[in-house]
Amino acid sequence: MINFAQFGNDLYTGRRSIDFVQRRKTWYVFSAVLLAIALSGIAFKGLNFGIEFRGGMEFRVLDVTTTQDYEAKAQAAVSEAGIPGSVTTTLVGGDTVRVQTETAQDKTDAARTTLAEAFGVDRAGISSTLIGPSWGAAVSEQAIRGLIVFLVLVTIVMALYFRTWKMAVAGLTALLHDLLITVGIYSLFGFEITPSSMIGFLTILGYSLYDTVVVFDKVRENTAEAFGTKRMTYAGAANLAVNQTLVRSINTTVVALLPIAAILFVGFTMLGPGTLLDLSLALFIGIGVGAYSSIFIATPLLVQLRRKEPAVVDLERYVARHTAKRGAVDERSTPGARSAGEPVSVGADGVGEPVSPSPVSGAARPVHKYVQAGPRNQPRRPPKSKR
Amino acid sequence: MARSITTKKAALRSLAVLLALTVGLAVLAGGLFQWADGQLTPRLGLDLEGGTEMVLAPVVEDGSAVNPGQLDRAVEIIRQRIDANGVAESEISTQGGRNIVVAIPGSPSEEQLDAIRKPSQLRFRAVFLQDFERAAPQASPEGTPSGTATGTATTTGTPTPSASTTAASGVIPEALRAATTAPTTSATASPTVTATTPASTETPAAPTGAELEAAVAAQTSQGLLTLGWEQDKADQAAAKVAKEYVGLNCLEPGAVDRAPDLKDAPMATCGEDGVSKYVLGPVEIDGSEIGDATSGYQPGPTGQPTSIVEVRLSFKDEGRTKFAEVTKRLVGLQGQPPLDQFAVVLDKRVITAPQAKAIITDGRASITGSFTLDSAQRLAEQLKFGALPMSFALQTNDTITPQLGEEQLRLGVLAGLIGLILVVIYSLFQYRALGLVTVFSLVVAAVLTYLALVVLGTTHGFRLTMAGVTGVIVAIGITADSFIVYFERIRDEVREGRPLVAAVETGWKRARRTIIAADAVNLLAAVVLYLLASANVRGFAFTLGLTTLIDLAVVVLFTHPMVQLLARTEFFGNGHKWSGLDPERLGAKESPRYRGRGQFRPASAPTATRATQLAEGKARS
Repeated sequence: MINFAQFGNDLYTGRRSIDFVQRRKTWYVFSAVLLAIALSGIAFKGLNFGIEFRGGMEFRVLDVTTTQDYEAKAQAAVSEAGIPGSVTTTLVGGDTVRVQTETAQDKTDAARTTLAEAFGVDRAGISSTLIGPSWGAAVSEQAIRGLIVFLVLVTIVMALYFRTWKMAVAGLTALLHDLLITVGIYSLFGFEITPSSMIGFLTILGYSLYDTVVVFDKVRENTAEAFGTKRMTYAGAANLAVNQTLVRSINTTVVALLPIAAILFVGFTMLGPGTLLDLSLALFIGIGVGAYSSIFIATPLLVQLRRKEPAVVDLERYVARHTAKRGAVDERSTPGARSAGEPVSVGADGVGEPVSPSPVSGAARPVHKYVQAGPRNQPRRPPKSKR
Repeated sequence: MARSITTKKAALRSLAVLLALTVGLAVLAGGLFQWADGQLTPRLGLDLEGGTEMVLAPVVEDGSAVNPGQLDRAVEIIRQRIDANGVAESEISTQGGRNIVVAIPGSPSEEQLDAIRKPSQLRFRAVFLQDFERAAPQASPEGTPSGTATGTATTTGTPTPSASTTAASGVIPEALRAATTAPTTSATASPTVTATTPASTETPAAPTGAELEAAVAAQTSQGLLTLGWEQDKADQAAAKVAKEYVGLNCLEPGAVDRAPDLKDAPMATCGEDGVSKYVLGPVEIDGSEIGDATSGYQPGPTGQPTSIVEVRLSFKDEGRTKFAEVTKRLVGLQGQPPLDQFAVVLDKRVITAPQAKAIITDGRASITGSFTLDSAQRLAEQLKFGALPMSFALQTNDTITPQLGEEQLRLGVLAGLIGLILVVIYSLFQYRALGLVTVFSLVVAAVLTYLALVVLGTTHGFRLTMAGVTGVIVAIGITADSFIVYFERIRDEVREGRPLVAAVETGWKRARRTIIAADAVNLLAAVVLYLLASANVRGFAFTLGLTTLIDLAVVVLFTHPMVQLLARTEFFGNGHKWSGLDPERLGAKESPRYRGRGQFRPASAPTATRATQLAEGKARS
């Protein structure tokens, strides 16, 4: 834990720095591979839509005493009730049997009776869900419309908040990246997509946006500083920003994931598929991927987008010239980056210290030799006696 | 020094506001519980409580979209059907301007569900016979005398408005005497007089089923003949409907819904009041012929409104001709009640059965009677509704047993507790004593959320569903997020070398922006999700939005003031090792600091000078 705090401090000061921006190709390749897997999963394996989208019926038989042959029993009961088509049966949490069948509106009652007989439980102990086929179509349509409306809104919010389209584009790319990977994971593992997971996906978008906002806020702060002081490149300032928010990103992500992990645990072991599990699964994957993308994808992408801008290029040249003068210190990971990257270190409230080499910061900034030698030497005037 | 005091005061004031808010909510919840039959626990949704939920989509026959007025009417129809089926405590609501959500406790039978979602139709039929259900039902073929028979006494007074139709041209005819007076006081009710078999329904000795059946059959066949039916066909149909009529018990809930309703045949049915009983002719005008229906005071000859409430009804082209024919025939039958009446039948129930007073050729009729403005308006709406018959497509049907609901709730709460404990452990681990502030903040947020849910449950009928529970649990993490943002900012400031009190203030200024931005994004997301999500997951968006607001309140009114106050304590202010704000551990920059009067504090300040640092901070902030 000491180490973690130390790690945080080092990241903040820039003593330790992870090359998020410089090694962007690595992250891009990694993400590209993930995306390729996700897309191929979606393309070849397809998505497993729940009965809310497909239409169908689901029964849950509670407190089953013997789960022996439950599949055969359920199958027999369903066909006895006169429901045609395929039957999917799963065992949930040890004593609940979930039976999914095709839609047969008028057979719900009959099926409940036969299932109750087959499993030897009270008829009142059987829950049933029926989704009409047209409902599924309406739900799908609504979900797709929701997604589009949400994306448009998010774009508007981003554009308004950051006031540069490049940030908005970078943020949106990260957003889509999260969404695709999450859906890809759903497809690859065959998780069921229900309206609950759909709302989960939408929530991910919000969460990813939030993550990106936090990081970009810092990026903006640091780069504005860099443009002002001309002490570090745009890329360097952005990288420092990511490093400085890293601890916070990790903490917020962990804290957000913990309760969801608890739901997942309870859901998988005891409750079985349902609103709780569907929602939290989508959120768990999405928040994880979202944290990754806002750090590894969004910021490097932003830097790349702005790299060709004259102001950024000028800054880079200027910094390169000056670092060369200073004796070729690696500009991006030296402590020198630090004092520039700190926000408002020379604050208006006067807490900011006079520029002096502190043990931590080293002496990368070119300092006049007067300063290095201590108080400025006044011209010496020999005493009268010696004149 | 002065500002320091105001900061402290402001902090205390914020805490007081929060306390007042909490107590206010608690008092509100308690008051609602005491006086407005509220609850002390949040109301649970069907998936947690058990019950049946159906989503029905009204489908208009011509395929057009349902407008809000039609939807309201549809809700009314459904409500009526449910009440007729004797289902208690049902809840009916609309959703997204398109669907009707029906929530019923328990698990209704297939027949009940069918009865609820069958299509609705408005039709005009000739009245052949009008009677009242007797308190003691006579030998019904099923041999199931209803136990609710005593109910008549209470319902006889309610109006099926007896009415007369007049030309809308303005002559104010007096509304005819009430056709529906209490059966015990009037002999007008059972017009079996024209029948060949004199089985008067008025005789105290109730006629046997067979006698009654024969009487009804004769009357019906008579009526059918006036419509130009052939004798043998009329007899056949009359015999059939007479049998149905005898078997029909209007007092039994749902009985009407089982009655056959064929377009081209006479039918036996009940009035909307559940007491009057009719034999009606085949459909003469379909509800779709109605152009419009309005209600209001009848204008007098001078155009001044009079005190007579009327329902104005107009027909479309085809209906106009048909209506003219019908009124012509009925006027010809005047004096032979009930043959001069026509019945407006909505969903097999007679909503009104006015007499025709004039031949109406322009398709604009006025119905007057013992209307109040409200009842007239209701009738007008019913008539208008009839213009577009609806059927109800079953979209979803969920039946959750109470056991499953209970189990879900229990596990949901368990998951929430585990999540809360994990977050608490993590924040204590990360922030040490400062983590305790997180813990208390979460507790405050939890209390506020609970109270808000209780109050909203009573005032707005909000029901906590599984999705809502998920939202609350997820919100634990999101709420804790804002604390982390804040604490990390303070730490950053401490790393900068600021003394704690100053670090808290500057940290707050910067964190506030991020927290508000983040909460705004979350809230926006929640609102959009709420609007876009399908009903069963709406609870998630709702609780997410609610907790976001509460999070904002807690951060501003609790967490920040607490940290402000704690920063002044010895433990935190001196950066105790376990406070989570230990400058040394945070690697605070210890550079020589100008202390005034030409003095610098040395770069690595020994612990002893922390007190002065604290004092400095106070002075500065």
